[in-house]
Amino acid sequence: MASNAQFAVEMKSVNKWYGQFHVLRDINLEVKKGERIVICGPSGSGKSTMIRCINRLEEHQNGDIVVDGIPLTANLKNIDDVRREVGMVFQHFNLFPHLTVMENCTLAPIWVRKMPKAEAEAAAMKFLTRVKIPEQAQKYPGQLSGGQQQRVAIARSLCMNPKIMLFDEPTSALDPEMIKEVLEVMVDLAQGGMTMLCVTHEMAFARQVANRVIFMDQGQIVEENEPNEFFKHPKSPRTKLFLEQILH
Amino acid sequence: MSIAFVRTADAPLLPAPPTVVGWQAALRHRFMPTPLSGVASIVVGTLLVWVLWTILDWALIRAVFVAPDRVLCNAEGAGACWPFIGEKLLQWVYGFYPHSERWRVNIVYLMGAVSLAGLLIPRIPWKGWNAIFFFVIYPVITFFLLLGGRFGLTYVETSQWGGMLVTLVLAVTAIVTSVPIGILLALGRRSEMRVVSLLCTLFIEVVRGVPLVLVLFMAANMFPLFMPPGVNPDKLLKAVIGTALFASAYMAEVIRGGLQAIPKGQYEASQALGLPYWKMMGLIVMPQALKIVIPGIVNNFIGLFKDTSLVTVVGIFDLLGIVQSGFNDPKWASAQTGNTGYFALAMIYWVFCFGMSRYSMYIERKLNTGHKR
Repeated sequence: MASNAQFAVEMKSVNKWYGQFHVLRDINLEVKKGERIVICGPSGSGKSTMIRCINRLEEHQNGDIVVDGIPLTANLKNIDDVRREVGMVFQHFNLFPHLTVMENCTLAPIWVRKMPKAEAEAAAMKFLTRVKIPEQAQKYPGQLSGGQQQRVAIARSLCMNPKIMLFDEPTSALDPEMIKEVLEVMVDLAQGGMTMLCVTHEMAFARQVANRVIFMDQGQIVEENEPNEFFKHPKSPRTKLFLEQILH
Repeated sequence: MSIAFVRTADAPLLPAPPTVVGWQAALRHRFMPTPLSGVASIVVGTLLVWVLWTILDWALIRAVFVAPDRVLCNAEGAGACWPFIGEKLLQWVYGFYPHSERWRVNIVYLMGAVSLAGLLIPRIPWKGWNAIFFFVIYPVITFFLLLGGRFGLTYVETSQWGGMLVTLVLAVTAIVTSVPIGILLALGRRSEMRVVSLLCTLFIEVVRGVPLVLVLFMAANMFPLFMPPGVNPDKLLKAVIGTALFASAYMAEVIRGGLQAIPKGQYEASQALGLPYWKMMGLIVMPQALKIVIPGIVNNFIGLFKDTSLVTVVGIFDLLGIVQSGFNDPKWASAQTGNTGYFALAMIYWVFCFGMSRYSMYIERKLNTGHKR
């Protein structure tokens, strides 16, 4: 399929099933370079599955996904190429517990990008400073708070210099007092021009940085709009119901 | 009455009462927290003292320490017959290896001990070179040095090897090879490629479902069936291969247990960073999985070390075999010779196994990065 160079991510008529269960139904999504998208919806609506298809942690069964001009097919080389350009931040951080913060950050640059160790460490230090925890570099993840771990996870992704960042409920596993420090880092990233797709229920964050908010339900994109309109004048009754429930 | 409450002064910090701290408290807490456990402590303590006393009485007080032959050991009421051990000890260490060639065994022992110490003690540098030496160069040197027949060395066939030498050759080879083969089998069994997983599962289940004694018999007798006609490998080699394959199957299952304990998120994070399969396994999954199963791995090592004594049944004189063969020496045959031999043998095995056990606990503590998942 011909891909348009201005798009970071293109999904066309994407469908996915878990056994008989149709989790993603006719997903069509185009994300421009530098665009910031927030995806929300009730649990089980397919939001995580959708963004996990973008770096092939989940395989879609039909339709086309093109990431940064590379079509995602069974071709393993394409998958590797896409993963190199796409960073991901998980709900449960998924840091490597047997490695120090610094080693977490330099592992992929050294082993995937073949970067010299000193250079990788200098880059890691730069990103750790950007997420405001350079002093924790020699500690193990288990010694950090949840908020600090998530910031390390963001720094770890950034060390690969990704063109696109995926966030899968990055603040859902955090204690309330730590959510802010992670969101601040994400806002900083957004203002730096990173292409971002965030599954989150942080509506203040959506209002502040998103170009577009997408509401999903039952495996489908139900509504999308720019944030102000989306929150003020939701059109679909399902969106209205969802917003009423989360914005008490 | 109002439910409002405001603390105006802090409650005082008091020292702990003597029922909580101090040696009397510790003593009471450990040995007699209730009257019944107090009684149990006394009964068990008495039993322990009696057992220790009986062993001490036999091994030291009534024991014979100096004797030219069996006469003194055979006397009424004599305890352990230590001179027997003294005379046979060198044979236990070298087997039937020719006297004049024992220096070759000494070199092998020395190189092994130094290199192993270098690997096991974290403070010693050059781990990489040391590992290459121990796992690649050392086995080659050992092979040529012990077997001889080349480089001007006399040929010493493996039937002349014996005792500690055979036990260590068997155990070390099986231990060292079982880990990598076990890792491959465990990964294979969990592989998404059906053929690979089926073959690995088949191997593990077949080998694990057969007693080691049978594996040894089969290795000794059935191995030639798989070889070209006329080729019949060395008896010791067949035992080494049989033991190593047997150990690998067990190791595979221990390691698979560790693999299953690694959360899916670790795989996903590795994949999201673009790590290909072998790097993900080698850098992220295996280090964590192996660390979790250190107790199980060392448990296997210890079991394996002792199981090597089963090779006596295919006519190889390992440590146990050589000790038993000494019992028939008419110069030393006495009522206490067997007991003394087995007692000394038990202590030798115990020292090795206890050493492995303590070292594994040390490594577990060292590798603990305080992570909670």
